[in-house]
Amino acid sequence: MSTERFTVGVALDGVGWHPSARAEDPAAPGTLDYWSGSVATLEQAGVDYVTIEDTFSGWSPDWRAEAAGAAGRLDAHTVAAFLAGRTERIGLIPTATTTLTEPYHLATRLQTLDFATRGRAGWQVRVSAGPEELRLTALGEGRRPALADGEIDETALVDLFDEAAAVIATARALWDSWEDDAEIRDAATGRFLDGGKLHHVDAQTPWFSVAGPSIVPRSPSGQVLVAALAHATVPYRLAVRGADVVFVTPGPGNPLSGILAEIRELERAEERAAPPLRVVADLLVAVGADAADRYASLQHRAPVASDAEVVVGSAEQVADRIAQLRDEGADGVRLRPAENAHDVTVLAHGLLPLLESRGVHGSGTADGLRGAFGLPRPPSRYARNDETLAGAR
Amino acid sequence: MNDKRHVILGASFPGVNHHTIWSDPRSGSQIDFSSFVHLAQAAERGRFDFLFQAEGLRVREHKGSIYELDIAGRPDILTQQAALAGITEHLSFLSTINSTFNEPYELARKLASHALLSGGRIGWNIVTSSDAFHGGNFRRGGYLAREERYERAAEVTRTVLELLDSWSGDGDGSFTHAGKHVDIAGRFPLRLGSLPHPVLVQAGVSDEGRDFAARSVDVIFSPYSQPDEGRAFTADVRSRAERAGRDPDTLKVLPGASFVLGDSQAEAEQKAREVTRAQVSPQTALVLLEQVWLQDLSDVDPTGPVPEPDPSKVEQDITLGKTRTTGDPLARAREWYAFAQEKKLSVRELIIAKQSRQRFVGTASQVAEQIDDAVQSRVSDGFIIGSPVVPVGLDDFVESVVPILQERGVLRSEYEPGATFRDNLGLPPIAPIVRDGVAPFVSPLVEVPHN
Repeated sequence: MSTERFTVGVALDGVGWHPSARAEDPAAPGTLDYWSGSVATLEQAGVDYVTIEDTFSGWSPDWRAEAAGAAGRLDAHTVAAFLAGRTERIGLIPTATTTLTEPYHLATRLQTLDFATRGRAGWQVRVSAGPEELRLTALGEGRRPALADGEIDETALVDLFDEAAAVIATARALWDSWEDDAEIRDAATGRFLDGGKLHHVDAQTPWFSVAGPSIVPRSPSGQVLVAALAHATVPYRLAVRGADVVFVTPGPGNPLSGILAEIRELERAEERAAPPLRVVADLLVAVGADAADRYASLQHRAPVASDAEVVVGSAEQVADRIAQLRDEGADGVRLRPAENAHDVTVLAHGLLPLLESRGVHGSGTADGLRGAFGLPRPPSRYARNDETLAGAR
Repeated sequence: MNDKRHVILGASFPGVNHHTIWSDPRSGSQIDFSSFVHLAQAAERGRFDFLFQAEGLRVREHKGSIYELDIAGRPDILTQQAALAGITEHLSFLSTINSTFNEPYELARKLASHALLSGGRIGWNIVTSSDAFHGGNFRRGGYLAREERYERAAEVTRTVLELLDSWSGDGDGSFTHAGKHVDIAGRFPLRLGSLPHPVLVQAGVSDEGRDFAARSVDVIFSPYSQPDEGRAFTADVRSRAERAGRDPDTLKVLPGASFVLGDSQAEAEQKAREVTRAQVSPQTALVLLEQVWLQDLSDVDPTGPVPEPDPSKVEQDITLGKTRTTGDPLARAREWYAFAQEKKLSVRELIIAKQSRQRFVGTASQVAEQIDDAVQSRVSDGFIIGSPVVPVGLDDFVESVVPILQERGVLRSEYEPGATFRDNLGLPPIAPIVRDGVAPFVSPLVEVPHN
């Protein structure tokens, strides 16, 4: 059952999600024009948001240097920030990891992106599990890798996701740490701030502590939209504890109905107080009249190992699958273009108009990125305390 | 165009202290993106070299509470400057980034990404604060001893540049850095091609700070904009650079300065007095006095006489989040107290009298002439221009002073297409801290182990 507006997003990763994807000009993906051009095309077509993939190291096991073009993989948050002032409606959701980064920096960077986009910022949360990433920073010292030589260390993995939940909770507290009316500019008393409306968050966790308040005032979204990709119970639980949106990977043998049932059960078990998690299905797509031929030639060079279902076909065929997922209860889809050079344009000019004409997706104006998911701008948690006090007086 | 020295111009987005007048009716938001866009576009229209922003890592506290009187709330600098670089074409961006509470791998990736997307329009102002108050917001806390902060800064900076260079020549991105403050290894994912290093900047006044800057960075922020002290500072750091094996012309000295313009000298001076009075409200005067007296003076009337400093009541940390003083904590208070006694000044009058005079006051052509003269006579290589009003304060300067500087032949009329920050400042592509022939910085405060 879909309760809210059905969203369509696009996941951008280098030159495309297929390992054989290439850009016409290998230098292009290292330039602002490349990113700006793709995102402008998607924005004009009414796509709700783009995610920008990343890892802490910039590398990942199945990811090859050529796939990002000649310059390599850019920092996703920096790309999103460069796009902020060049876009007007589309949501920008960079990936940032919680494991080897500073929660305070993460929180204030995202608030700043939210100001620069006037409420269109999001955060795709990721953890760093491999031993190579731990070697890149002093913050990795003394940590056990959760994933080494293909072996999962369950205890370390759960710890990694518990930490991620604590980082999200801390970021959310920082995002509330200035109440919306903290800035008073009261010439009579010479006060710019009402200090009583700024709050220490005093986050004390087994992994870190943060005093707060944020250095950034409360941002246009209030709470930046938090999203996470999840394939199994441990990451589903993280999403239920801290995210607004979860990207999932239904497919043959893993029906959406089962994923939804598990997520709803976890929401009850974790006593989630926030609005229900928005469940978005990921699809890797090669779309257009020539999609089958193009995909075959990509596969011929190197076959893809995709966690998400692969859909190859005409815009009509891809739209059929999307409509089916909506009917099964998805709140949206996130499309991973197989090869940006072809699929971004066809998505924008072929698929999106079709989804609109079929009534699957409306390009109507949403109120910021939270609004696109039907999520209101929440009041600061600290403001609620104030109202209680005011009521008691 | 001529053989006069060119003026380097930076614009600073006013920070979080009392110099920014939020009570002015023209004052806009200190945090909305539109304010930053306004200032960046004005600076680019004025053919400035760069936009500078300071960093905030914790909201200030005074006497145990959030400090309420000054403008507050600022963005994450790298994010904000990336967003501004996305909508400008030529202006460069000088980001203030703390070397204590940032790790080099993550920082190098962000700087490299910024350089690639902006075409090399990026600089790094290295700050080294390391106290427990700021550390309270970070995983490692206030872990770094004060005497090690320059040492770590130098090592973090070198590591960042090693990563940026890890693909040059035969490199394949692999790196290993095993040092005292940084011990990391891996493979850097970004290739900078022909892009130069970011411009490195440091504000150093102490002996150690000057030496660090002279051996490590391209630009040193000077606290001195007045002719005599400015010339002395510039001569000193240039000679330190020369002793370290550098061409001293590759070290640029830039003081911060604000300006007040009028149709006549008298009108400008009158406006300058009004600006200072607006900056120093009675409440602010008292807090500024507390910061020098280092004691609670909340029962003192700011319009009344100045109280004698009381050594028994000193609280070093009365204000958290501001730079601390070293040495005799009350030396300055005693000097100010004697001054106030002699001139019969109230608290507010004393604070107004003691406000720094780092500014140009006069008609547009007088201000242009003062700036030009300062650069020609080596007071500095240019200025970082601030204004007490956010975000429109720079507009007057761009409209009236800039054209005169251009007529005088000391400021570009058009940018060089595709120029990087280094190109615009006339700097070599390699940062001095890793440049061949430049003696490395060794902190005099850290004991060197003997083998």
